[in-house]
Amino acid sequence: MIVSMILNGKKIADEVSPDMTLFQFVRKHGCYSVKCGCETTNCGLCTVFLDDQPVLSCAVLVARVSGHKVETLEGLQKEAEEFGRFIADQGAEQCGFCNPGMIMNAIAMFRELEEPTDEQIKQYLAGNLCRCSGYEGQLRGIHDFMEYKKGGVSCES
Amino acid sequence: MRVVGQPVRKKDAMSLVTGKPVYMDDLAPKDCLIVKVLRSPHANAIVEEVNTKIAMKVPGIEAIYTWEDVPKHRFAQAGQTYPEWSPYDRLILDQHVRFVGDAVAIIAGEDEACVDRAMKMIKVKYKVLPAVLDYHKAKDNEVLVHPEDNWESKFPVGADNKRNLCAHMEDSDGDLEKTFADCDIVLERTYHVPAVNQAMMETFRTTCYLDTYGRLVVFSSTQIVYHVRRIIANALGIPKHKVRALKPRIGGGFGAKQTVVTEIFPAFVTWMTKKPSKIIYTREESQIAGSPRHEMEVTVKIGANKDGTLRAFDLYNLSNTGAYGDHGPTTAGLTGHKSLPMYTANMEAFRHTFDVVYTNVLAAGAYRGYGATQGIFALESIVNELASILHMDPVELRLKNVVRQGMTMQAYSNEVARGCRLDDCLVRAAEMIGWKEKYPVKDMGNGKVRSVGIAMAMQGSCISYVDVGSATIMMNEDGSYRLAIAAADMGTGCDTILAQMAAECLGVSTDEIFVSGADTDTSPYDSGSYASSTTYVTGQAVVKASTELEKRIRKLASQMLECEIEDVEFDGKQARDIKTGKSVTAEEIGYKAQCFNDFALQVTESYTSPVSPPPYMAGAVEIELDKETGHLEILNYAAVVDCGTVVNPNLARVQVEGGLGQGIGMALYENIQYSDHGKLYNNSLMQYKIPTRLDMGNLHVEFKPSYEPTGPFGVKSIGEIVINTPAPALAHAIFNATGVWHRSLPITSEKIAMGVLKNREFL
Repeated sequence: MIVSMILNGKKIADEVSPDMTLFQFVRKHGCYSVKCGCETTNCGLCTVFLDDQPVLSCAVLVARVSGHKVETLEGLQKEAEEFGRFIADQGAEQCGFCNPGMIMNAIAMFRELEEPTDEQIKQYLAGNLCRCSGYEGQLRGIHDFMEYKKGGVSCES
Repeated sequence: MRVVGQPVRKKDAMSLVTGKPVYMDDLAPKDCLIVKVLRSPHANAIVEEVNTKIAMKVPGIEAIYTWEDVPKHRFAQAGQTYPEWSPYDRLILDQHVRFVGDAVAIIAGEDEACVDRAMKMIKVKYKVLPAVLDYHKAKDNEVLVHPEDNWESKFPVGADNKRNLCAHMEDSDGDLEKTFADCDIVLERTYHVPAVNQAMMETFRTTCYLDTYGRLVVFSSTQIVYHVRRIIANALGIPKHKVRALKPRIGGGFGAKQTVVTEIFPAFVTWMTKKPSKIIYTREESQIAGSPRHEMEVTVKIGANKDGTLRAFDLYNLSNTGAYGDHGPTTAGLTGHKSLPMYTANMEAFRHTFDVVYTNVLAAGAYRGYGATQGIFALESIVNELASILHMDPVELRLKNVVRQGMTMQAYSNEVARGCRLDDCLVRAAEMIGWKEKYPVKDMGNGKVRSVGIAMAMQGSCISYVDVGSATIMMNEDGSYRLAIAAADMGTGCDTILAQMAAECLGVSTDEIFVSGADTDTSPYDSGSYASSTTYVTGQAVVKASTELEKRIRKLASQMLECEIEDVEFDGKQARDIKTGKSVTAEEIGYKAQCFNDFALQVTESYTSPVSPPPYMAGAVEIELDKETGHLEILNYAAVVDCGTVVNPNLARVQVEGGLGQGIGMALYENIQYSDHGKLYNNSLMQYKIPTRLDMGNLHVEFKPSYEPTGPFGVKSIGEIVINTPAPALAHAIFNATGVWHRSLPITSEKIAMGVLKNREFL
């Protein structure tokens, strides 16, 4: 079957098999930021935006996405850089493999919640696993980013 | 120091946070063959027949290989310096399969769908054998995991495959029996740690292709490129120069990728077909056929005086290496070697004995902590038990007995603790958690209690007399530098911290040093990134090479300035004749090196060490525990580390936090359970629970750096030690909350609740 969608602002159409997941589709189309860490919807690494909502792309059949809008970190480079700098300034990116999924979800969180509390942050990002950082450095980066948004903390580019 | 000690951002950080394609599967050749492995459903069986006829007819299938197609000489898969302590007990594919998940056939085809289809169509006839599933009964069992005659142990570690024994060794000093007899109290306990998984976010994976010269390129997510090259060449029976091994960015390793888990499969496929290929393990494969921690039962006996003086230690560990002996002998050695020396102060006698046995379960390997973790859980727990029996404060008891700077550690090959602030770490960790106010427990009046627990840890900084670290550094024509290494940055940041060290020596900023590697074609020899060795060993090679290069730069400048080399000063930007004041810029020197010059501005140096200075730390935890449900919440974790000089405080801190996270997972959630037939149940992140950010509590990290005179800029190490304190500290806090000692990990809420119930009945 043929599906068509807006992927990172570009309209694309492609022949797909019925069992193809959105994860497989976006990687096939060069969105390599999207990673797979588990195959059982536990890790959050494959998070993408489907019509502006974060979803786990490994759990979405691409056939269901036809006619919709999909974004990956490749389409959100400015936001990724703006926020990612603060993770980098903690050294909390570490191996980096979980970063794109976590940063997608963090971007979604900042769009949804004006000033999330620590509890809200932890709840919102609970599905984004990281095995390197112990999460604490990510939280510090998020705090610094929120300060920066308020005009407080600055950061090297 | 100008650059060392600064929280420099990791060189690859911005690529990683913006999701650039820098990992193996992002960079693998497109349209390469997909490789998968058909796995045994039996724990111990002989493959009598593999019928691949129908499977080969699936459109797109390129090749299916069985045991009949592969070389017949055995090799070790553990990434260790030759001759490996690990036995040569592997074949690429073996007619004898030894655990549920062992490889039976390799299938290569043009896409995943056809390979999956073909896999279902392969018909295998097994002769199922009785299996050794209980490691207590493995030694001298009539069922042998490795009955074959071409099994080989290259190192005298007391191995005997006809006894299911991968290693048996003993180390001791002093008159143990006499000292025990003279002690006021002798305590013996047994502890258990299961075969927990590294669970790095990027599973095992490798791609292979042939280069312009027909050589096999192994592009893999690995910590050990040079060992990969050797092991692949040995396994395939081809010369080393026919193999190139290199790594991209690695999505986490933690020791898992110190073993050649996947490389051999695509390497064999590509070597046979001459076509590019790749294998990507699923999470399930990583769990059931990966390379986890060695399951161990550690029995420890200590002798002390009533006043808490710890005098005698006898530690025995039974280690379960599973179906193959990767890292079997060495991990079990660390269980005593990197735990007992913490109590050097009043130690009169010690003995460490171990058996490593083969069984028909998944083979174990290297995981952060490498045997020391299991030993420290046992030793720190029994010391806490002793404190409770003696009604002594466990912090005071430790302060009385810990190793202090300048002491000779008899249980650590008589190495001297040249830099050691373990006592300061302990005092500070206790202070940070509020030990005096909170120990042992406080009833919150709502069915919940708050309690604290404490533990210490040590590790090494390399494998002494073995590890080789190397660095090549070259000046570019603009006065910047290229640093080539074969140590593997797996997210830890070694590219950056090694560049910081070179920058410190050469008077430039970290940005002016670019780092390449790890690649066996272009990097100088390095054992690889494991055994906490990179900062200490490769770091010293970087310092040696940079210092020598600086000398060469001054020499070339002296020719340009027509003066003596002794009169030349170089500050990174320019070289100046101190007598005349004349100078040349770094750029001029760089260009001079490229024109009518036979004096290379490039230096390669290696470093190896006869000592392995231990880093030390203390960890203290505060928990809230619900005595009705067994639910446990970590409120605060204080960790204070003496890793020597801190090269990059950000990266060191995140190492600590990440290690605590893995340690907490191992202590409370991560479980390994087998069916009666040896099938591993915890085969996904659904069943294998690693901590989320809701499980961590607040982590508080501080450093008490000693100065290690043998390390570059006074460094020791930090990579592994940080995983060791959570299990014993949490077990201690749980005892203080419930009155029950839990001696087997993980200490799940269910176990805590049942422990509370049992304790009540007992009372």
